[in-house]
Amino acid sequence: MGELLELTVAGAAARIAAGDVSPDEYFGAWRNAAAGDDLNAYLWRADEREGGAEGPLGGIPVAIKDLFCTEGVETTAGSRILEGHRPLYTAHAVWRLLGAGAELLGKTNMDEFAMGSSNENSAFGPVLNPWDRGRVPGGSSGGSAAVVAGGLAPCAIGTDTGGSIRQPAALCGIVGLKPTYGAISRYGMIAFASSLDQCGPLTRDVTDAALLLAALQGRDPCDSTSVGIAGGVAPPGGEDLKGLRFAVPTELAHDAIDPGVREVFETTLARIERLGGEIAEAPLPHAEHGISAYYVIAPAEASANLARYDGVRYGLREEAGGDLIEMYETTRARGFGPEVKRRVMLGTYALSSGYYDAYYGQAQKVRTKIAADFAAAFAEFDFVVTPTSPSVAFGLGEKTDDPLAMYMNDFFTVPMSLAGIPAISIPAGLAEPPGGGPQLPVGFQIAAPAFAEQKLLDAAYVLEQAVGFDPRPSPSPSGAPYAPMGDIRRTGSGGGGGGGDG
Amino acid sequence: MIEREQVLHVAKLARLGLSEEEVETMAGELSGILEHVDRIAELDLEGVEPTSHVVELENVLRADEPRPSWPRDTVLEQAPDPDDGAFRVPSPQAEA
Repeated sequence: MGELLELTVAGAAARIAAGDVSPDEYFGAWRNAAAGDDLNAYLWRADEREGGAEGPLGGIPVAIKDLFCTEGVETTAGSRILEGHRPLYTAHAVWRLLGAGAELLGKTNMDEFAMGSSNENSAFGPVLNPWDRGRVPGGSSGGSAAVVAGGLAPCAIGTDTGGSIRQPAALCGIVGLKPTYGAISRYGMIAFASSLDQCGPLTRDVTDAALLLAALQGRDPCDSTSVGIAGGVAPPGGEDLKGLRFAVPTELAHDAIDPGVREVFETTLARIERLGGEIAEAPLPHAEHGISAYYVIAPAEASANLARYDGVRYGLREEAGGDLIEMYETTRARGFGPEVKRRVMLGTYALSSGYYDAYYGQAQKVRTKIAADFAAAFAEFDFVVTPTSPSVAFGLGEKTDDPLAMYMNDFFTVPMSLAGIPAISIPAGLAEPPGGGPQLPVGFQIAAPAFAEQKLLDAAYVLEQAVGFDPRPSPSPSGAPYAPMGDIRRTGSGGGGGGGDG
Repeated sequence: MIEREQVLHVAKLARLGLSEEEVETMAGELSGILEHVDRIAELDLEGVEPTSHVVELENVLRADEPRPSWPRDTVLEQAPDPDDGAFRVPSPQAEA
């Protein structure tokens, strides 16, 4: 049983296809592992396998972020306002996985409506980092990262609006890929910021990320912005990085990078050079304004997207005996947590009469400049590289009182989101957190031009082989195992203060 | 700096009920975030085209073929207060 859980997705799929492992046995092993969730990472788990289709993911159980609609299965987006909601249809991305033979293993916890970078904004309680249960797993796809890192699922999917796949992958020591905007359909993915939201895989290694991406990508008539990846996605490979040029942004002198993170980053750059890659600095002069532009654009789009939660057609309704408007106001007051309220207010303000040009209009122009900076860099370089996150996993409650400090977690991931380009985070090593304690994973981010996923995966694969990271956490005893999920769901609060979109 | 009156006005636009305590904390938090965001106001971006979407798309068309939609009863199963095949809501007009 234990041996089955050691297999990568690619390895397990090959064994199942060859008839060496039965899909029932494999699913049973993962169902049992998932049942032992003591990280509060799952919001729902499947009892049995549906008996999926044949395909490249035949018999592979997948954990799905609770932002994806699943027909008949509760889908909450981590929000009280959607508690008990059973969608009428399944998201296109999930439908594609099932069509490739995958099995639905469970739905994972997340920051409410994907707004956060610590998973502390879930209405159903925070997720714990399997490396250190006193620390956050990152967010917003914190549950999806924790189940893969914690041995509760072989692979997962999440969504990334400003870093919500890459940052939790980095903090949990796994691989997280945000594909090019438009690579995967957003149909049935509960909307946060529609011009930025993108689905992607969270896996133990780069080969598994490629396998999931191959199944997920493609055009969907239900999402007019989905275009797919021309030529598809093949298993990644390569021996070295000869002839490839990696740009390090000149503006990287971000004073808030942990010394340990910086050290792992430098070590990884040296590794790239040993593999034959060239490293040079390149200017990305507008990237430092990414956070400002993002925290106008994303809340603005969110304030419009979340207008649909009005207590009329589905989800929570709360009445105080007044008129229709009062019902809307009461429903949203009780259904949304603090961070969602903050974003809705920020976005509504930025779009309101008299402020639109100064905020939203200006932010969209910054977006143009950031995309142009990347285009200029890619004229000379194959990739842009940064640390994924300025810090290793931080303590639960450490940043909840300061929204802006939490937003700075997204410093390195937001520019790629604004430019719509693909970026991957791979574990590059371990570092001691500031203030001491057991070593924690550090992510290395590689970004590539739009739709250059294959090239990105090949380079990440070569680097991954050289790093030789052991993805298995040896959990420290700090922090007691979390209380059973049932209790959290009854008592879960709307989360604390701030939350970026890591 | 965001004043209390602005918070109340924006909350009304957003149809978001806020407690007295939330109004106070929101004013401070939004001010702090906007102070940071205001740095982009200082950039000279005269003549720069705004980006609303990163994928360059022509009109995406599909054949106009009828498809079945969801049965009314199925959709109403999710409604908080279905009534006689419709969504029931409180009166839009406040009682005098």
